[in-house]
Amino acid sequence: MTTPDVLIIGGGLHGLSAALHLARGGATVSLLERRFVGRHASGASAAGVRTLGRNPLELPLSMGAMQMWHSISDLVGDDCGFVAQGQLRVYETDTQADRELARVAALRAAGHENEVMIDQQTLRGLVPGINDKFIGACYAPTDGAADPHRTLVAFRAAAQQAGVQLHEGSGVSALSRDGSRWTIDSEAGRFSAASVINASGAWGARVASLVGEEIPMAAKASMMMVTERIEAMIRPVVSIVGRSLSFKQSSQGTLVLGGGIQGRYDLDREETTLDFRALAAGASAACELMPAVRGLRINRCWSGLEGKTPDLLPVIGPSTVAAGLYHVFGFSGHGFQLVPAAGAAVAEMVATGRPPATLSPFSAARFTTRDVAA
Amino acid sequence: MNSRHDILIVGAGPAGMAAAIELRRLGFAPLVVDEQSAPGGQIWRDVERPRPDALRNALGPDYAAGAEVAGQFRASGVDYRPGTRMWHIEPGLRVFLSQAGKAFVAEPKALLLATGAQERPAPIPGWTLPGVLTVGAAQILMKGSGQIPERPVWIAGSGPLPILYMRQLVAAGGQVAGYLDTTPRGAALRALPHLRSALRGWADLRKGLAWMRALKAGGLHIEKHVTDLVATGTERLEALSYRTADGKAHRVEAEVLLLHEGVVPSIHGTLSVDCAHVWDEAQAALRPALDDWGMTSVEGLYVAGDGAGIAGVRAALARGRLAAQGIAARLGREAGAAEVAGARAELRAASASRGFLDAVFPAPGSSVEIPDDTIVCRCEELTAGEIRAAARIHRGGPNQVKAVTRCGMGPCQGRQCGYTVNRILASAYGQSQADVGFFRIRPPLKPVTLQELAALDEGREAP
Ligand SMILES: Cc1cc2nc3c(=O)[nH]c(=O)nc-3n(C[C@H](O)[C@H](O)[C@H](O)COP(=O)(O)OP(=O)(O)OC[C@H]3O[C@@H](n4cnc5c(N)ncnc54)[C@H](O)[C@@H]3O)c2cc1C
Repeated sequence: MTTPDVLIIGGGLHGLSAALHLARGGATVSLLERRFVGRHASGASAAGVRTLGRNPLELPLSMGAMQMWHSISDLVGDDCGFVAQGQLRVYETDTQADRELARVAALRAAGHENEVMIDQQTLRGLVPGINDKFIGACYAPTDGAADPHRTLVAFRAAAQQAGVQLHEGSGVSALSRDGSRWTIDSEAGRFSAASVINASGAWGARVASLVGEEIPMAAKASMMMVTERIEAMIRPVVSIVGRSLSFKQSSQGTLVLGGGIQGRYDLDREETTLDFRALAAGASAACELMPAVRGLRINRCWSGLEGKTPDLLPVIGPSTVAAGLYHVFGFSGHGFQLVPAAGAAVAEMVATGRPPATLSPFSAARFTTRDVAA
Repeated sequence: MNSRHDILIVGAGPAGMAAAIELRRLGFAPLVVDEQSAPGGQIWRDVERPRPDALRNALGPDYAAGAEVAGQFRASGVDYRPGTRMWHIEPGLRVFLSQAGKAFVAEPKALLLATGAQERPAPIPGWTLPGVLTVGAAQILMKGSGQIPERPVWIAGSGPLPILYMRQLVAAGGQVAGYLDTTPRGAALRALPHLRSALRGWADLRKGLAWMRALKAGGLHIEKHVTDLVATGTERLEALSYRTADGKAHRVEAEVLLLHEGVVPSIHGTLSVDCAHVWDEAQAALRPALDDWGMTSVEGLYVAGDGAGIAGVRAALARGRLAAQGIAARLGREAGAAEVAGARAELRAASASRGFLDAVFPAPGSSVEIPDDTIVCRCEELTAGEIRAAARIHRGGPNQVKAVTRCGMGPCQGRQCGYTVNRILASAYGQSQADVGFFRIRPPLKPVTLQELAALDEGREAP
């Protein structure tokens, strides 16, 4: 039997990041991944590194993550393909403009200066060829995007160098508490650990239910399309107010289109299927945004499975029913940006036994308490 | 614009045309689509086009025979849409197609994929240099625009196609600089047990042997059991180096090199909807698992022709008819017992020489190491060495290697690198090629433009 201090369930970026920070803090760490590292959400991600338009409750954690992204090679020894090309949210109507203005004003009042409003002329300078109907945008100039596969390779290598034992093809099937330790049964055999971290993504609520804990969570299967390569034409990542579209050009020159357009999924078979009628709406939004891209060929489409909570905020915190079990899952489609900071916060929580303040909006207890109040 | 047909046939080669003709005879009205602009498929590409006698003679009687089938196909009154690509199949047989820049959807009760085969990629160092192409591509040029290389061409590889092509090329006035036969030593011996069955397909074999004799009599320079083939050049192909059976190294100047290592079923469509597949050891390739009528493990989805396993034109015609009869029965109209028996007997006869051919021209297996500096993935320009390095770190299957290297993510959708990655991983892990498996297939199966896809959105009813 292997007996690490901490056992992590799930080899997505959040499992890897928590593992890395814990191991650097001196803990012995084993990580069990059912398929292979990055098989699900983390390998499918659009990898947008975005504070723009985030729920304000996530901003304290997200701002910390942003700082870490700007020096990500200090953490993992590689820049993860991160480029701070900025992110934009464009709008078409005055009503939308007013609403965005009010939102950004509220952000600033709360001390967050990540977003600014820009007018149509500035917008056209940033996105040459954008359709005239878009009259302005919110702009987060220090946001950007990374390369999801490079990020996975870098976090994996850094975690292993820090001493994390990785076991792929090793799904966890049972958890039980023995005095002060956990016993974990998996395809890689039995483990005993003082603490367990549930970083199992779309299956996070299922893993929680292994100890009888009920956490309300649905899933989502966001779809992506990538086109043939073209010459560099736009730098920032662009999204449209009120529409499911995000639009960016990768460092390879391909256009990567996403934005939460939903496909279908099957959690038992761990599979997603694309819905091309829904993707057609995304393609049509992209053609509207930048008429020049109409003739580009789509090379590849895919989707990834991720947990979706009722309030679209992740669950990061101690289990409400079992001591020594911590959750970090349910990022609801925007967890990539949070990866470096969430792992650090989880490591701190495990080391000190209590979640740091940045995690307070994400406790698993929030669902039970609200249910009681309702 | 959406199709209302009960039956959709994709591919108007021998199998697709035979199926359409049979379905028309049985009183059905299928829709047939093909991305080419005329019927014929690969073997009978552009067969309807009027051409000079010299070229017609060079292409031979087997090619000319296609005109008759194409004529019957046209005369059957089938709804045929050329220039139409199928680019996605959703579960429940919802099929996405594009014609003239507009996407449309078909929801047939039966879908027949008669999408044929593709050449197995033949990666050698330097195969991406201009001046290096495949025998299949050169043959397309000859059939399509009557293009004959002006200068002598080198041909390297193994299989029936190089022999056929050389014969056609010479007859059309082209020149072969030399044939570097990469068939390994001992293959002929291993093929012997299949000879008895093959003799029933004697006519085909005799034809092949006669072509070879004629080519030799014409002074063709042949090297047998060639290994270590390398194409070199700075801007384009300039020279070839290779080793002959006696162990000697050679270097020759070359302007054009045509490669060929056999053909494999096109499986992207069936893989994309998770049909069960089997690994065909003799052909070192995947093929869909099919019932007696050519139906896959997905209800209502059929495959006929070389997509069902490489077996040639005669078998493709028979399989097309059988699939049509199976589809007809499924839709409530049985074909006559005699017709079914006839098609089955024809398929058996047409398949008789297959075991022999597979053994005489074995696919390069995982024991033949691809040199580290050879490009494997042309789209992302990745070498065999880079794939091996990823395999050493991640110890994962093709999908994991794809995720960390981008190999197979480009526009060819892994058609150019899938089997090569399979071979490299099998050898790196000491596993069988069957156990290593293939990439997961991501749509679209064929490129579709943003505008074409967007057209589907305009057709949407308001919520
Ligand atoms: C298409 C798409 C686009 C996205 N775009 C963005 C974006 O632009 N910006 C952004 O910030 N975020 C984005 N996201 C979200 C982000 O990618 C995810 O929030 C993040 O990757 C989640 O990481 P994770 O580690 O929680 O989950 P995952 O990467 O899914 O990892 C969970 C792992 O747990 C494993 N597992 C499950 N059950 C078990 C078990 N019982 N035993 C062992 N292992 C188990 C799974 O196999 C899986 O590998 C996107 C997501 C998708 C799908």
